[in-house]
Amino acid sequence: MLRLENISWNTPEGVGVLRNLNLTVPDGKLVVITGPNGGGKTTLAKIIAGIYRQDSGKIYLNDTDITDVDITERAKAGISFAFQQPVRFKGITVRKLIELAAGEQMPLSKVCDIMSKVGLCAEEYIDREVNSTLSGGEIKRIEIATVLARHSVLTVFDEPEAGIDLWSFTSLIKTFEDMRKNINGSIVIISHQERILKIADEIVVVANGSIQAQGKPEDMMKVLTENNAITGKCYKQEALF
Amino acid sequence: MNEITKDLLREISEWDGSFKGAYNIRENGQCAGRVSSKNIKIESKKDQPGLEIFIAPGTKDETVSIPACVTQGGVDDLVYNDFFVGENADVTIVAGCGIHTETGEPARHNGIHRFFLGKGSHVKYLEKHVGKGHGTGIRSIDPVTDAELEENAVLEMDTAQIGGVDKTIRTTNAKLGAGAKLYIRERILTEKEQTAQTEFHVEMNGKDSGVDLISRSVARDNSHQSYHSVIVGNAPCTGHSECDAIISENGKVDAAPELHARDNDAALIHEAAIGKIAGEQILKLRTLGMTEEEAETTIIDGFLT
Repeated sequence: MLRLENISWNTPEGVGVLRNLNLTVPDGKLVVITGPNGGGKTTLAKIIAGIYRQDSGKIYLNDTDITDVDITERAKAGISFAFQQPVRFKGITVRKLIELAAGEQMPLSKVCDIMSKVGLCAEEYIDREVNSTLSGGEIKRIEIATVLARHSVLTVFDEPEAGIDLWSFTSLIKTFEDMRKNINGSIVIISHQERILKIADEIVVVANGSIQAQGKPEDMMKVLTENNAITGKCYKQEALF
Repeated sequence: MNEITKDLLREISEWDGSFKGAYNIRENGQCAGRVSSKNIKIESKKDQPGLEIFIAPGTKDETVSIPACVTQGGVDDLVYNDFFVGENADVTIVAGCGIHTETGEPARHNGIHRFFLGKGSHVKYLEKHVGKGHGTGIRSIDPVTDAELEENAVLEMDTAQIGGVDKTIRTTNAKLGAGAKLYIRERILTEKEQTAQTEFHVEMNGKDSGVDLISRSVARDNSHQSYHSVIVGNAPCTGHSECDAIISENGKVDAAPELHARDNDAALIHEAAIGKIAGEQILKLRTLGMTEEEAETTIIDGFLT
């Protein structure tokens, strides 16, 4: 279980992005965080992974205080993070990156299992470098594969749908649906996508640096599409695309 | 053959107590062992220090190894090796040089290699350079490679120098006939006060010839590298060069690629990128559980692999 207490974060220029935010992600649950652009969603995800350091507040993972624990130690504690814009590595192959994520060398069959979950044929990709020859959709799916290869107690996906083509998106939804069925640990997804929102156990709306609403999808979808005061117009347009 | 030579041979070649195929071992300017095969003859030059290596036409899947080792300071070894590769031969040549010194005296190896590739031949050339020992003497390796590729010949060069060599000037010149292809993969890591200079000059003189030159380098500490490539297209041809360098600490890299199209159908491309390791790369690997230092090592090892 992840628990955030009174988390605040300001930009280096002093602009408040998160304000006394409180959030609990229970074990075995898929929580989707949504809300208008600029509302603080990605900042929140990066604070969970330790990439950003909150200005105030506390973070607990399974009742252990990880507030002052750095990125590396949070990863070792079982937090995984899938970047919205995955980085590329010249010279490092897809197989090597997945093995680095898993922390072990793998037989081809195991790499195949992981790659197939993101809709890629391992044999076509394992020897390719994670460089600019991969398309946006391919690199995104490989990023997700690196997260799936880990043994996580909490996995955070930052806008997994961003920069990915329609075909890849369909396969991505399938991946999340499978993860949802076989959930092992908690999952947090930052997303605007209606189809991702619908498979959540809980939807949390973050806007203006704090939680504006939260609840089950069947209750929240109506709120999201009707209540501009909570979600903002830009969100409404994105959520319905 | 002394123990230092044996250690160096293990690093720079596929020596495991013996070689597969023909070989010549050069130790401090002297021959420490030579074996020719039915198809590959190794002979001493008569007018200069060095070898003439004759690879018979049609030779297939054979390897010839010609490592050179300098195991003490005060040695300045100069050698001229010529390779005559017969038509349609398909072979692997393992060169490589190891320099070791425990004294303050400089140790240097300067290997001048000439390759004459006959029509339709294919050569895979592997060259690894290492510097070892605790001596303060300057370890220098200054290889010169001159290659002439006849019609449809293919030369694949894979060269690596990963630290340990204080000073190096690497020069590669090539002339390509019709349909000939040259592939170069160069990897260099310099550290401390080391310097490395690489010069490439490739002339594509025949129709449908092509060169693909990829150089990856890492300059750490106070080391300095310079890269200069000249690709000349005198015929309908394709040329591509790519120079990628990572700099860290006070490392410095100069890159000066030149492309010269002398034919309307010459298609030449150059790509170059120099910079420190991207912070996002470190972050990604840290989210996989690595420390910052482990992430840097992983990125550099991958880059130079």
